[in-house]
Amino acid sequence: MTEYKRTALYNQHVAMGGRMVPFAGYELPVQYPTGPNAEHKATRTAAGLFDIDHMGQFRLVGPDAELFLQYVQPRDVSQMKVWDAEYSYLCYADGTIIDDIFIYRLPDEWMIVVNADNRAKDLFWLDTHIVNFDCDLVDISDPTYMLALQGPKAQAILQKLTDFDLDQVGFHTAARIQVAGIETLIGATGYTGEYGYELFFPEEKAVAMWELLLETGADDGLLANGLAARDSLRFEACLPLYGHEITAELEPMGARLGWVCDWDKGPWLGREAVLKNKLEKSGLLLVGLEMIDRGVPREHYDVAVGDEVIGWVTTGMKAPTLGKFLAMAYVPRPYNRLGTELNVLIRNKPKKAVVVKRPFYTPAYRR
Amino acid sequence: MSYTFDANARYTETDEYARLEGDVVVCGISDYAQHSLSDIVYVELPAEGDIVAKGDAIAVVESVKAAADVSAPISGEIVAVNEILDDSPELVNEDPFGEAWFFKIIPADLGELDDLMDAAAYEAYVVEREA
Repeated sequence: MTEYKRTALYNQHVAMGGRMVPFAGYELPVQYPTGPNAEHKATRTAAGLFDIDHMGQFRLVGPDAELFLQYVQPRDVSQMKVWDAEYSYLCYADGTIIDDIFIYRLPDEWMIVVNADNRAKDLFWLDTHIVNFDCDLVDISDPTYMLALQGPKAQAILQKLTDFDLDQVGFHTAARIQVAGIETLIGATGYTGEYGYELFFPEEKAVAMWELLLETGADDGLLANGLAARDSLRFEACLPLYGHEITAELEPMGARLGWVCDWDKGPWLGREAVLKNKLEKSGLLLVGLEMIDRGVPREHYDVAVGDEVIGWVTTGMKAPTLGKFLAMAYVPRPYNRLGTELNVLIRNKPKKAVVVKRPFYTPAYRR
Repeated sequence: MSYTFDANARYTETDEYARLEGDVVVCGISDYAQHSLSDIVYVELPAEGDIVAKGDAIAVVESVKAAADVSAPISGEIVAVNEILDDSPELVNEDPFGEAWFFKIIPADLGELDDLMDAAAYEAYVVEREA
């Protein structure tokens, strides 16, 4: 039998009635008794709190740290100022994606946040390439706890617990602050399409921080969110999830992630393959689909033109905020054009859908 | 967990209920079933006039988690379907034995009801699976 890891908040989740499921090697709550739709709505209209300690963190330090980062990922990190936090990913030489990551530039060091499932793979890959660089990569995932506090009330809630003026922490920047006396690195980042924060602090403070945030946010309508709500929130904002929209079989251009790439900074791993893909406009493209016929599109369902299968659904559901049956799917050109009618095979029956604009839900920080 | 059970209904091993009301049998999914599925987002119903056999998958209920077949608890003719569920599938979570019935069947053989579990047996069956 597979042994699943438990986060430091396992007992809290169980006591709250969380429905525990295996996810990325951990036992995590897929939902609380409030239910995914109510949790999703709380994050969109007030605030949501997420246990995301399964995420991994690496610390990168040394004279060549910036050079190393320039080489192993596509973003030009020389453009990042101290306290900036930005999205990127790691590619194999053939341009396929190893993982998507967040890079934090901190005073005298960098932090890389990675997906739980990919932690060992990422570490191995980065260690393979670090040998020629004068810097060290340390996996700090175990001592580092990670929570996300997201939603329109997130700032007001966190502000009640710190003297640090949170107006100073702009979108995609970070700060080291005290949260009720707990030394915390916060990033104005997230995975919900709302403003909010991701918090990094010592694991032994996990229970204290969790209970403090739940209690402080209760009057503002904060709810603990399980994995189901986390998935529906990121889905509406069309934020990719590794293993679904991006995998080691897929390339950044198809996943609509070309905007991360810098073509002038010099060589980086995967550059030639990604550039070739960009110029040739080959391969599958990620699109948004809205169902015309009734039915729930789900991951792995085939997408077809008539009877001919041309692609597949990567994530699909009834979007809680929008009330529509929506999907993200991979299809080849020219079926990516907005307004194209396609079929989603729902339990082997063709159901009509139309290609629509992404994201389905415009993130708060892009309005 | 505690669930509600309709003492007047009989139950299948796949968590449908069947409740005799006059000469029709009202069918839906149990409170345990809706709870296991989590928030319901879509229900696909059979058509009125369909002749169905016990055990046939004739409806689909989809939640945020998964899609599940709903089988006919008994054989007969579908004489009504609950179209309210088209627009308000969340009623299945709120009132599975009441407002959120799925379909009504005129039974071909009333005796088939006796083959189903009564509420006490079904409750024991639920508890057994929870353990």
